[in-house]
Amino acid sequence: MKDIVGQLTGLERKILPLLVKQDFEALELARKTGLQEVEVLRAGQWLQNKGLVVIEREEEEIVVLDRNGKEYVEKGLPEKRFLRALNEGATTVSQVLKKGVSKEEINICIGILRKKNAVIATKEKELSFTITEEGKKILKQKSLEEKLLEKKFPLKEKDLKAEETHAVKELLKRKNILKKDKKKTFTLKATDKTKKSKELKKELSQEYEEKLTKEMLRTGSWKGKEFRAYDVKSHVPRIYPGRKHFVTEATEYIKKIWLELGFEEMTGGEAQSAFWDMDALFVPQDHPAREMQDTFYLEGKAKLPKKYLEKVKAAHETGGDTGSKGWQYKFSEEISSQVMLRTHTTVLSALTLSNLKKEDLPKKYFTVGKVYRNEALDWKHLFEFHQVEGIVVDPEGSLAKLKGYLKEFFLKMGYTDVRIRPAYFPYTEPSAEVEAYNPKKKEWVELAGAGIFRPEVTKPLLGFECPVLAWGMGMERIITAYYDIKDLREIYKNDLEQIRNAKMFIKK
Amino acid sequence: MPKINLDKERVLKLTGNKIGDEELRKTLGFLGTDVESITKNEIEVEIFPNRPDLLSEEGLGRALKSFTGKEKGLKKYSARKSDYKVIIEKSVGSVRPHTACAVVKGLKLDEKKMEDIIEIQEKLHVTYGRNRKKCAIGVYPSENIDFPVSYKALPVEKIVFRPLDSKKEMGASQILKFHDKGKEYAHLLKGKKHYPLFVDGKGSIMSMPPIINSEETGKINKKTKDVFVECSGHDFRVLSKALNMVVTALSDMGGSVYEVELVNENRKTPELIPEEMYLDKEYAESLIGRSFSDNEIIGSLERMGFGASKKGKSFKVLIPCYRTDILHQADLVEDVAIGFGYNNVGEENERPETPGKEDFREELKEKIREIISGHGLVEARNYNLSNKDFQEKYFGRGRIVGIKNYLSEEYNSLRYNILVSLLKALKVNKHHDYPQSFFELGKVFSKDSSEESGVKEEEALGVVFCGVNANFNLAKQHLDSIFSLLGLKYELVEGKDVFMIKGRCGVVKFKGRNIGFLGEISPGVLVDYDLDVPVSGFEIVLDDLFGEF
Repeated sequence: MKDIVGQLTGLERKILPLLVKQDFEALELARKTGLQEVEVLRAGQWLQNKGLVVIEREEEEIVVLDRNGKEYVEKGLPEKRFLRALNEGATTVSQVLKKGVSKEEINICIGILRKKNAVIATKEKELSFTITEEGKKILKQKSLEEKLLEKKFPLKEKDLKAEETHAVKELLKRKNILKKDKKKTFTLKATDKTKKSKELKKELSQEYEEKLTKEMLRTGSWKGKEFRAYDVKSHVPRIYPGRKHFVTEATEYIKKIWLELGFEEMTGGEAQSAFWDMDALFVPQDHPAREMQDTFYLEGKAKLPKKYLEKVKAAHETGGDTGSKGWQYKFSEEISSQVMLRTHTTVLSALTLSNLKKEDLPKKYFTVGKVYRNEALDWKHLFEFHQVEGIVVDPEGSLAKLKGYLKEFFLKMGYTDVRIRPAYFPYTEPSAEVEAYNPKKKEWVELAGAGIFRPEVTKPLLGFECPVLAWGMGMERIITAYYDIKDLREIYKNDLEQIRNAKMFIKK
Repeated sequence: MPKINLDKERVLKLTGNKIGDEELRKTLGFLGTDVESITKNEIEVEIFPNRPDLLSEEGLGRALKSFTGKEKGLKKYSARKSDYKVIIEKSVGSVRPHTACAVVKGLKLDEKKMEDIIEIQEKLHVTYGRNRKKCAIGVYPSENIDFPVSYKALPVEKIVFRPLDSKKEMGASQILKFHDKGKEYAHLLKGKKHYPLFVDGKGSIMSMPPIINSEETGKINKKTKDVFVECSGHDFRVLSKALNMVVTALSDMGGSVYEVELVNENRKTPELIPEEMYLDKEYAESLIGRSFSDNEIIGSLERMGFGASKKGKSFKVLIPCYRTDILHQADLVEDVAIGFGYNNVGEENERPETPGKEDFREELKEKIREIISGHGLVEARNYNLSNKDFQEKYFGRGRIVGIKNYLSEEYNSLRYNILVSLLKALKVNKHHDYPQSFFELGKVFSKDSSEESGVKEEEALGVVFCGVNANFNLAKQHLDSIFSLLGLKYELVEGKDVFMIKGRCGVVKFKGRNIGFLGEISPGVLVDYDLDVPVSGFEIVLDDLFGEF
C-alpha cells in the first residue's frame, strides 16, 4: 500500500479525496474537480489497476434527437407550421412554400393531417388546401410530441412517463426525428481498503513538490522537500521527429554498399532520346519494349550525338567494326530521335561508357535512379520506380569475375546463397539471371539481371573493345520486402503517419 | 516473354530421357528458360525472345536432348528436291514483297499434332513475327493445292473468298471489317490498295496474308498428311529462319521436307544448311574467365546443338538453321558457358581497387535533407508525373513537358515545380492533425530546345508548412537556416508568383539570379487542392548552388 500511495499521479490525487467521501458518476466528478471526463476516467482506470477504486459501468437506453428532430426543436413540427400557414391565409402549395415550409415537409404533413381531418385538399389548377375546424383546434393545442420535444435531450428511457413513451414511439416512426441509443455511465467507488487506509489519508494530506523550479534551486528551498514519485510505467504521448522518407533511407543503404565496394556514382537525365536509351544498347528498333504500351514518349525530338550516331547505326545495320553481323535492317534516325522517359538506368551506363578513355580504366560505376514504364497504376505496377545498377569496365573482366562481384554485392545485401542462370537481355552476352536461395520457401527466387555488355554496345561507345560487367535490379522490391508492403502504391502515398512510423532502414 | 504449355510426356519422349520433375526444372533453368510450373502432364515454361526455336515441344525436346548429352551436336535437316514452284509476282513488291515456302509430306496428324502446329504458328507470330508484321505463317493441306502457286497482289475490290471459320464468301474489305482475324490484323494492310494473296494453279485463293487462310484450301485436318508452308513478310532472311523453325519441328514430328522453287527470286527454300562461324579460343576463355580444353569447348557447343571442330587456334562452328540469335562470337561464347554450365564456371574474386565516390550533387542533397529533417519536417516522395491541364493553368502553355501516350490524365506531363506535388501530399493528409510540414528534393522539368533531349531537368527543393500559423515568416526562418548552415547567402526581394498571395511573396535570389520564390500560398490555389488550412512555403532550384563548393 505504501508503494502505491507514494506513486499517485496528479490526476489521481485530485479525484481520490472526493471518492473517499462518496461515490461519483464520472461526469459529475469531472464537474467537481474541473477535469475533463476522459481525464477522470483515465485516473479512475489507473486507480482501479492499483485496487484503490472500482469503476462500475452501466448501459442505459436513451433517446436522442436526430437531424430533423434538432431542426423541429427550433422551428416547430412541420404539420404545425403547415397548419399555421393555412390559418394565415395560404392555400396553394407555392404560398405554403413561401411561409417557410419545405416541399419535403409538405409531403410529410399531408398524410398526417388528412388522417386527422385537419385539412381538406382540392385540386383545380393547382393543389390547394383549407384548414378545417378540427385543424384549428389542433393548432391551438400542444401535441404530446411537441411537449416531448421541449424536454432536455438526451432522455433516459427508464425515466419516461407513459404519454412520453407513446410520443417517442410516434416520433420514431417518422424520418430522422429521434434515435435510440445506448449510453454508458461510469460510477467510481473507492474500495473499502482505500477508505480505511491511514497511509492514504496521510498521503493525501501530505504536501509533495510537483516540479523542481528555478526558484527552488536558487534559494535552496528544495532541501528537505519530497517530490511526488512517478509511475515509470505510465504511457507518454508519442513525439515525431522530422525525418527522411523511407525510400530515401533505403536508397542510402544501397548507395553505401556500392561506395564501400569502390563504385563511383552515375547520374543523368530522365528524359532521353531513343538513341541513348535503346539504340546505343543495341536494342533493335522494332523491339517490343519500344512500343507505345511500354514506354512513355515525350513531345518533341531529340538531337542525335554525331560522334556516336554513325557507329551505333553501323552496329545495328551490319555490325560495323564490332565483329558482329548486326541486326541487318535499315536503321531509322527518326526512331532514334524520339524522346522518352528513360526505361532503365542502363542508359546512364551507356552515357558513362561514351565518356570514358582507355587510360581511365579500370572503372566501376553505380547508380540508383528513377525509371519509367507506361503502366496503369495498380497494386503491382508503378509507372515510376527505381533501379539499382552497377558496371565494371575492366579489360580483365569476365563471367567468372562477374560471378565474384555478384556474390560480394549480394552478400552485403543480405543474401548468402546466390547463383546465376542463363537469361536474355538485348545488350548483354552472356546474360544471366541472379537468383537467391530462400531457405523459408526452399526455392530459388529471382533477384537481379546481369551480364557482360555486347561488343555491339561497347565498341561504338568506347571506341575500343573492353568487357563491361553489369548487373541491376529494381529497388522497390527491396523496400516491399523490408516493410512487408503488399501494394506498391503504398510506397509513394505520402501518408504522414506512415512516414512518421516507418521503422528506420537498418540492415546488417 | 512468351509462355508455353507443353505436353510433358511428349517432350520427355523427344528427349529420350527419363527425368524427374525436380531435375527437369533445374535442367530447363540452366538451359536458358524460366520454368513456371511442372505438373503431372504439363510443363509451363517461359521462352526468352532470342530463342523462338524453343517455342514447341519438338524445339524444346531437341534442345533438351542435346543439353542432357543424349544426342549431342548438330542435328542434320535436309530438304528433298522437288518440282514445287511458287511464282512471286511483281505486284506484291509494294505490299508484302517476300515469301519463303516448303512442303512437308508424310505427317501423321492427329488432334494433338494439329493443335501443336497451330500453336507453333501462333507463338512465332506473336514473338519472332512481331504480331505478323515481320512474318506471317500459313500452313495448308497440300493435297488440295495445284502447283504452281502464285504469290501476288490484287486490287482489294477484286478479292473474294471464304475465310477460315466463315460460312460464306466475303470480300477483302468485308473480311477486314467483320472477320475476327481481319479486325485484329487490319492495321497491317492499312492504306494499301492491293492485298497480297496466295493463289493456286487452279486460280483458287488459298489465303490473304498476313490475315487469314481460305476455308476451302487453307485448313488442315486430322486426315492431312502433306502440308504446304509459307512465311510472308518484308525481310527474306527473317522469313527463311521462321520457315526453318516450322519445318524442323514438322520434320521432328515425322515429316519429310521438300524444297520449293521461288520463281523470279532465283532461290529454293527452305535453306536448311547450317551457317559457319569461327570462335576464337582465347576470346572465349577471356570472356568466360577460365581456360578450357578443346574438348570442353567442342562438347559445350555440341550440348547446345552446334556442330564444332578445331581449326588452328579457333573452332569452326556450324550454327543450326533454326537459330536466329548468333550475330557475334560473343553469342557462341554464351552458349559455351551455358553448355559448360553457369554453375561450373568458377568464381573469380580478384578485382582492381577503385575508390568509391558519391556524386557531389547527391551528396549536397543529402546535407540539405539532414538540415531540413533536423528542422522537424517530413520528407515526401512524389511521382514526377503530374496533370498537364492543371500545370498549364498556372505556368502557362509552352513550358510543360507533355507525355504523348499517357494512360491517365492525372499523370500526363512532367512536373514543372515541386510545390504541385507537395500540395497534393497535403491534400492526401487532410485527415491527419495539423500542423503538417513536408519537404521534397527532386527533379523539375521544362521544355528547352537547347538541351539534347529538348527537356531541361533541374534539381529543386520544395518546402510547405500547413496549419493556422503557416505564414511568410515561418517559411523565411527555415530558408534562412538552410542557407546559413550551407554557408551561403541569398537575397529575398519583393516579387510575384502564381502560387502566392500578392504582397506576401518574395523572389529568392542567389548571386543575382532568380532561383525560386517564398511566401504564402494564395487561397485560389488552396481551393484547387481542396485545402482549408493556410499554407506557406518556398521552392528553390539547387543547380546554381552546386557550383559553390
